[in-house]
Amino acid sequence: MAKPKLKQHLIKRSWCKGCGICVEFCPKHVLELDALDKAIAARPEDCICCRLCELRCPDLAIEIETE
Amino acid sequence: MAVKDYIRERFFPHLWCPGCGHGIVLNGLLRAIEKLGLSKNEIVMVTGIGCSARIAGYVDFHTLHTIHGRALAFATGVKLSRPELKVIVPMGDGDALAIGGNHFIHAARRNIDMTAIVMNNRIYGMTGGQFSPLSGCGVIATTSPYANIDNDFDVVELSKAAGATFVARTTTYHVKEISDFIRKAILHEGFSVVEILTQCPTYFGRKNKEGEAADMLRRYKEITTPIGSDAKKENPDLIERGIFLQKENPEYCSEYNAIIQQAMKG
Repeated sequence: MAKPKLKQHLIKRSWCKGCGICVEFCPKHVLELDALDKAIAARPEDCICCRLCELRCPDLAIEIETE
Repeated sequence: MAVKDYIRERFFPHLWCPGCGHGIVLNGLLRAIEKLGLSKNEIVMVTGIGCSARIAGYVDFHTLHTIHGRALAFATGVKLSRPELKVIVPMGDGDALAIGGNHFIHAARRNIDMTAIVMNNRIYGMTGGQFSPLSGCGVIATTSPYANIDNDFDVVELSKAAGATFVARTTTYHVKEISDFIRKAILHEGFSVVEILTQCPTYFGRKNKEGEAADMLRRYKEITTPIGSDAKKENPDLIERGIFLQKENPEYCSEYNAIIQQAMKG
């Protein structure tokens, strides 16, 4: 099976509470918290679509959309 | 169906604190149900009282938000009247084993087909951080400022001894295990218990200096090990994760139906 290719990180900013779990456990350090403590994909080109951020997000705020 | 089709989006963002493990349990539960391909109409979620109990408000199944500790009693009524439905009962540690301790052991004893999920954050979060029967010795809580001296229950051993026929444990760090174990528990015919260690950064973490949510998650990785690992032999203090028990025993609703059939013969 071909590796999934990232289309985009869908992050619901109004649901994100800035706990930082996604940032801490992203194996490729793709995510960061912005000035308002909301998760953003700072380096989407490094994403390997492992979906660990999506699975661990306590706020159900992240979805990895693949092509 | 996608995960978002199983939730009541109008109630989001949810009321749990930033970094609360209960959200991760909800996330894993939804993925288990998505994988099973269950219809929303086939599932009943029954909860009691506490932070954990609010989970019933966020899922778009048949839901009952009942009284403290009595979720399993309500669930028993639902299951007996509609045995074809899948009954899921998420509870907090206090809800399941303090206030609801008797309901818990007797539901297990009857082996009634339902899935009990114990979201164990070792504290009463909603009421301000009191210790629970799962806090354990040495824990600092609002009601044990000089450290708790009460021993804790081992949910796995208790469930096995009480008669549950599926018993598993994992943590909110191990998210793939959450959905895998919940999926297997739902499929299991009989009383299933899945204990999930979940972080309460607001009370447990702060009182016990365990850092922020991410630090507490990392700790779950460090203090747990799969069942029967070599690491456990070297360090007996490690908490084991995995499926501890899965066996077939007569299920309560089936047995009850058999009695009805027998009585109908007159």
